[in-house]
Amino acid sequence: MLNYLAQRVLIMIPTLLVISLLVFLIIKLPPGDFLSNKMQELQSQGDRSALERMEFLRQQFGLDRPMIEQYAAWLGVWPHHGEFSGLLQGDWGWSFEFNRPVIDLIGQSMLLTAILNLAVAIFVYMVSFPIGVYSATRQYSWGDYGFTFLGYLGLATPSFLLALLLLYYANVWFGLSIGGMMDEQFIDSAWTWAKIKSVLSHLAIPVIVIGTSSTAGMIRRLRANLLDELQKQYVTTARAKGLPPMRLLIKYPIRMALNPFVSDIGNMIPQMVSGSVIVSVVMSLPTAGPMLLQALQSQDQYLAGSFLMFLALLTVIGMLVSDILLAILDPRIRLSGSATT
Amino acid sequence: MTDLSRTEPLQHWSSPDPFDPHSIEKLAAGQERYYMASQWQMMWWKFRRHKLALWSGVILLALYALTLVVEVVAPYAPSTRSARHIFAPPQSVHLFHEGEFVGPFVYGYRFKLNTETLKREYTENRERVQPLRFFCRSDPYKFWGLVASDIHLVCPAEDGFMFLLGTDRLGRDVLSRMIYGARISLTVGLLGIAISFLIGITLGGISGYYGGWIDSVIQRLIEIVKSLPELPLWLALSAALPVSLSPILVYFGITIILGLLEWPGLARAVRSKLLSLREEDFCTAAQLMGASPKRVIGRHLLPSFMSHLIASATLAIPSMILGETALSFLGLGLRPPIVSWGVQLSEALNINVVALYPWLLLPMVPVIVVVLAFNFFGDGLRDAADPYK
Repeated sequence: MLNYLAQRVLIMIPTLLVISLLVFLIIKLPPGDFLSNKMQELQSQGDRSALERMEFLRQQFGLDRPMIEQYAAWLGVWPHHGEFSGLLQGDWGWSFEFNRPVIDLIGQSMLLTAILNLAVAIFVYMVSFPIGVYSATRQYSWGDYGFTFLGYLGLATPSFLLALLLLYYANVWFGLSIGGMMDEQFIDSAWTWAKIKSVLSHLAIPVIVIGTSSTAGMIRRLRANLLDELQKQYVTTARAKGLPPMRLLIKYPIRMALNPFVSDIGNMIPQMVSGSVIVSVVMSLPTAGPMLLQALQSQDQYLAGSFLMFLALLTVIGMLVSDILLAILDPRIRLSGSATT
Repeated sequence: MTDLSRTEPLQHWSSPDPFDPHSIEKLAAGQERYYMASQWQMMWWKFRRHKLALWSGVILLALYALTLVVEVVAPYAPSTRSARHIFAPPQSVHLFHEGEFVGPFVYGYRFKLNTETLKREYTENRERVQPLRFFCRSDPYKFWGLVASDIHLVCPAEDGFMFLLGTDRLGRDVLSRMIYGARISLTVGLLGIAISFLIGITLGGISGYYGGWIDSVIQRLIEIVKSLPELPLWLALSAALPVSLSPILVYFGITIILGLLEWPGLARAVRSKLLSLREEDFCTAAQLMGASPKRVIGRHLLPSFMSHLIASATLAIPSMILGETALSFLGLGLRPPIVSWGVQLSEALNINVVALYPWLLLPMVPVIVVVLAFNFFGDGLRDAADPYK
């Protein structure tokens, strides 16, 4: 088990390295950078002191250096210029647009993004498990057809539209306030019970919206897996021997079907993170979404890069967790050291 | 004890026909047809039984046929504006006016600006009966940008208006724009899948055929790409498209971006199929006869799992269509003057729209229908892809 764990964690290092390279290439893809764009603007206005400040920042962050050097500096493996030390040293860089360190800007929203995605994962499991088991054991019943239909609808509806509609109807029918992560009076206050309650009630709609398509996919797969198991000989044998249906179900087929159920969460995580980005833009949640969009549009490279890195890190960690869960569940993986797929 | 001295022969029937040793191998007509059928024919037989998939296929075919003739089907040109009808609600088609049959017609609008809420209020004007015309002349257009014409399938009455699905912020007909949007939204998925198909087959083919370290490098790459959240990357890539790009280049840029992240699934499917197929005898035979790897992959291996590939490609198209919609919705995808369903929906970014002008959300209906149809169609294809089972 320890062996497997170590192996699994070690694989993350090259993965994250490649991801960081990809992220860096992508954010540097548009011609120019935030500072040179800004400098052009200032030049036309003839603002000397601001221009000097920009030039200073450009030097400080080495934006005038070659690309590969910039990448290495961003990563933190290159002797740093000025104040900036790099990701590996825990320095996320400087947001040129907001004129603040990136970490100040995104610390809070990262926490909220992580909380939101965790809540979505819990929601997906809690909803899809009972429905999947129900659909498989009562195949072709009205309930099964209903859930299958809803599931297909959930897969096909763009999440941002679902967000818009649910926001509107939640407000009309239940009087839930629109948008945001908590009521306004709590935004800067300390964590109290009232604040937690406010966050929870605001969390409900985003969680449902982001989780819907994942839940639909999960139900489909759990149903298919469980149906496969239920047709096998050992189930018939156990039934013939008179094992009570419920005990039989829990003791054998569900355990077998649970395996893909757990490993699938790994595939769903990128999807969930994607979903959370667009849904937060629509619902103006203070998570990674809206600020990432803004940073990308204004080429605020360190801010955008940090967000992308963080989202990738979130998915990689999520996959690690799902792999560990799988290893705990399935001795074949634990012992042979790799997934048997 | 039996009586051994009995002499008369045993009574049993025997055929007078000459003995045919092959009689047992003869097939009934139905069986013969089945055994002689080509693989594609058997797939069609199997696919035909899947009714939902069949109907989805019909719907998709009809929609793609529509994209060929949008100019004729749409009653208005996509940029035609009616300044008097801004945010006009959908009209409904009537057949009877005051108990009298007049054929399909719509009532005119009566417009009033609510001075307190500043909301535009339209009501049906029962006195203005505007019969629809069919195969008629209306907005001029250039068919496929080449042939100038002005013939439409259906148009409003002379000096009348017809907004069956309402109008948008600039007084443009939502229905016409949805029909024009179909051309863009439906082809984005096809072009995108063509690109990821190419990457997927190449990388998956190399990985599965050669194995060894090449395989593990490509496998790691697939794992990494798969572990990336798609939407933020799509966002970042499309933010990199210069603003000054011409609309048609933006369109191609977006399809390439959509295709770039979608290939790992396909590459994986190709690889796992290749791994099992390259152990087959016909593959060894081809290699022994001196066929190059390119020929073995392209001529012998690919055709034998093309059907699987087509099925998985079909199942990947919906995510591209949804991706385009999401990108355009956020304003980073296609941009006006291109009309796509996502571009249309981007006008509904505001929650007020849902409350005041819900018909602007109508383009989501074709999105959902197309995505569902592709899912069912792909499921049917996947089941039919292995007709020998």
